[in-house]
Amino acid sequence: MTVRDPIALDGRIPAPKDHAQVLVVGAGPAGTAAAIEAAKLGAQVVLVDENPLSPGLMGLDAPLWFGGRMTTAVQQPARMLEQMIAGNPAIAEAFEAGVDVRLGVTCWGLYAPGPGLAALPGRMVGLSDDQRSWMCGFDHLILATGQRDVAVAFPGWDQPGVMGAFALHSLLNRYEAFAGRRLVILGSGDLALKTGLMALERGLELVALVERLDSVQGDPALAAQLNQAGLAIHLGQTDFAVQGGLDGVERLTLQDGTQLACDTVCMALGGAPAIELLDAAGGATRNSPVGRVPVLDGLKTSISRVLMAGECTGLTVDAEESGRAAARLALLGEAPVASVLSETPLLAYQSAWLEPVREDVILCQCETVTLGELLDVRAPAYIGPPTERSKTRSLATLLQDGPPNQDQIKRLTRACMGVCQARRCREQVSLVMARAAGLGPTEGPHAGHRAPVRPLPLSLLADWEEGAVMARDWDVWFGIEGAWTPHHWIGTDRVGTQPPSHPPVEDDQ
Amino acid sequence: MSPSGAPIVVIGGGVTGLSAAWWLARAGHRVLVLEKGVVGFEASGRNGGGASHYHSPLFHEEQRLWPQMDELLGYPTEWRQERVIFALTPEHLAYYRYMASVGRELGYGAEDIDARQVRELVPLAGDTVLGGVHLHYGGHANPQRTVQAYAWALQDLGGEIRQHSAVRRLISRGGRIVAVETSAGEIGLDHLVVAAGPHSERLLATAGLFLPLGMARAEMIVTEPAPLMPVGGADGHGLYGRQTLRGNLAFGGGPHEWLDMDADGPVARPTSPLTRNLARRVAELLPKAAHLRVIRSWAGIIENTPDGRPVIDRPADPGNLTVATMSSVGFGLSPASGRAISQLVLDGQCDFADLGRLKLDRFAGLAADWREQRGWTPAPAEVAA
Repeated sequence: MTVRDPIALDGRIPAPKDHAQVLVVGAGPAGTAAAIEAAKLGAQVVLVDENPLSPGLMGLDAPLWFGGRMTTAVQQPARMLEQMIAGNPAIAEAFEAGVDVRLGVTCWGLYAPGPGLAALPGRMVGLSDDQRSWMCGFDHLILATGQRDVAVAFPGWDQPGVMGAFALHSLLNRYEAFAGRRLVILGSGDLALKTGLMALERGLELVALVERLDSVQGDPALAAQLNQAGLAIHLGQTDFAVQGGLDGVERLTLQDGTQLACDTVCMALGGAPAIELLDAAGGATRNSPVGRVPVLDGLKTSISRVLMAGECTGLTVDAEESGRAAARLALLGEAPVASVLSETPLLAYQSAWLEPVREDVILCQCETVTLGELLDVRAPAYIGPPTERSKTRSLATLLQDGPPNQDQIKRLTRACMGVCQARRCREQVSLVMARAAGLGPTEGPHAGHRAPVRPLPLSLLADWEEGAVMARDWDVWFGIEGAWTPHHWIGTDRVGTQPPSHPPVEDDQ
Repeated sequence: MSPSGAPIVVIGGGVTGLSAAWWLARAGHRVLVLEKGVVGFEASGRNGGGASHYHSPLFHEEQRLWPQMDELLGYPTEWRQERVIFALTPEHLAYYRYMASVGRELGYGAEDIDARQVRELVPLAGDTVLGGVHLHYGGHANPQRTVQAYAWALQDLGGEIRQHSAVRRLISRGGRIVAVETSAGEIGLDHLVVAAGPHSERLLATAGLFLPLGMARAEMIVTEPAPLMPVGGADGHGLYGRQTLRGNLAFGGGPHEWLDMDADGPVARPTSPLTRNLARRVAELLPKAAHLRVIRSWAGIIENTPDGRPVIDRPADPGNLTVATMSSVGFGLSPASGRAISQLVLDGQCDFADLGRLKLDRFAGLAADWREQRGWTPAPAEVAA
């Protein structure tokens, strides 16, 4: 029999009790279509969606940039759930098709056995609700995680009431829980224009759109509709700022001094494909004009039996069609219709917004890192004032040593290391670094995602049902016999007299 | 072809190689560090940051140097002295009290403390504490910041670091190492230091030397910040870790996974569902922190020698090579290990510690299948693609 190191990981992680033949993450158009199609093909399907979110997560701007503009309705999960189901008929359809629909269930980790993770007894994801976490095995996984908000800093962007367009859509359409009244939208691309029209339709007071560039970026027909509603699109705004008080945003001041009274500023410069789960699992991703996207073969990711569908792919696809295609690819091996990556230059657009930002503006809100501190590679203030030598170092000197590396900058400046898990600064820090290195917006570095891809409490993430097989011989380190014998004991009769570093645990099985 | 390069070449921009290079540069020597990726991006920048290694012959020097490192380097390491280790089980308490007794035996201040005293020093601890030890030595620092501090301090002294420069093999001639072959050509040298972590075995084999190493992944988790505790260097309950100066709780421990190594090194390092078992133990260790959110996990690839002890050696043949692996305990000892390596390079011996038990030749005659004999190999694959 093969000898195994008794304190290694092998055999300690149990096969999950929960299992899905097809597991779909995300109950948007692509995810529901995938789940329904898979169920129609006779598969045992589980569809999870993290909505309704816990108010705690929303307050941390996870997964979307809510900017604190939720009503107290989000404190009532039953009402949220009701709203959510009422607003998305495909969820009921999935129920009827026999899909095991689980709402309020977050997928926070993806684990696939492979050369670096051979101790895993199968493919699995980490799930959680508001009570506990657990692992769920799968034969096929379809990630239909959509997009998340992208933030670009400007003076005052850390005020409550500055939020992202996807978060606004979620609060308005999914939950009916938007607390704002008077809205300014940043951007004039299709996302901004559509968000503006939606706001008008929902009876919000839309004050204006503000555009950094000199021309409207989106569909002229959409812009015309807004113009007909008497709405101004202020162009060429390189130097605007948001001011606020105790309740957050009170006004946005344009560069000519015009003040736009508002309680919400919605940034709508485009979204980022939600690739967290794939990236954290070591799946291949790459830069594209719309941001970091999965490397796909059809809809297959680089991880076996893990597919992606809908907006999280970065492909120009119809979400529902791509969901159905993912299900058919997973279960029948049927190749999807070829599709192409979106060429919309979102990163270039976001980079243009970032260009005029001054060095005293905060880029990372969680860790309060300004643009200037990032460029100076300044150690955080809690360490104390910079040393004389530290002042000679900067991003420019680091770039002499090699290409820009966002994970390195993260650890030195702490930008992107906060509790929002870099949702609000990953893209803009990358864009700043690309520019500093003389690279184009799509050539910037990428800060890797890590599990858990949602910030979850220790008590929730913990495995409270852990078996004795995990606890047995749990050692703080490698437990190699003799390795920690005090050096001055070696060669004396004291060797072997120390107590064990991993005391035996009774087997309860 | 006439290879030319820096007089002393160090392979490996991890904490051990960079410290050695920095000490050599301090002594006025020209040094070139070759790093396959980015400095400190392997286990050197991903570890618990502890600096309390009572079992090492370098312990006294570790304790002597850490309080000076910020000043010597000119850059912050976030080092803080002291350590509290506490237990929730009698077995762990016995082990932690034994560790403190060794500290006292070596002449350092260490007290056994009761549960109340633990909670005073570590307010996030709870009612489940049995007792612990308070070490007035040792401590912890920030791994990535420290590695970068070595790198910058080395550059300040004129040393050169070439990142993204992988070494393919050592080139010997006339009983000496004369050059290394890199992706960018040959680099000549007078003396070579191999401190390449898991890659050292493969590199040394190209010069006919045998350094047996096993590679494993170890994992840690990090929470959002908590208010600073009186002693941040607090761990126990089968975990190692610390509260960082920012307030985050960073802890690891428990089972590791042995990995295979190919020419490019061990494969990628995702974390595993062990994250949940770590979360449980951190919540048990610090119950008043159980509500804190876990914001990331990470893993590092760590090499171990067959007896789990370091190699710091300048073998007689070839005479211009110094080998160092710290066998999974490199970060905290790095101020001392780098100084020891620099002395071996310059003087052939270390004047502050007995390195006699850290020689390479103790593994001579080890069976070729030693990893299999110990079970230090990846788990058999259970799932086909």
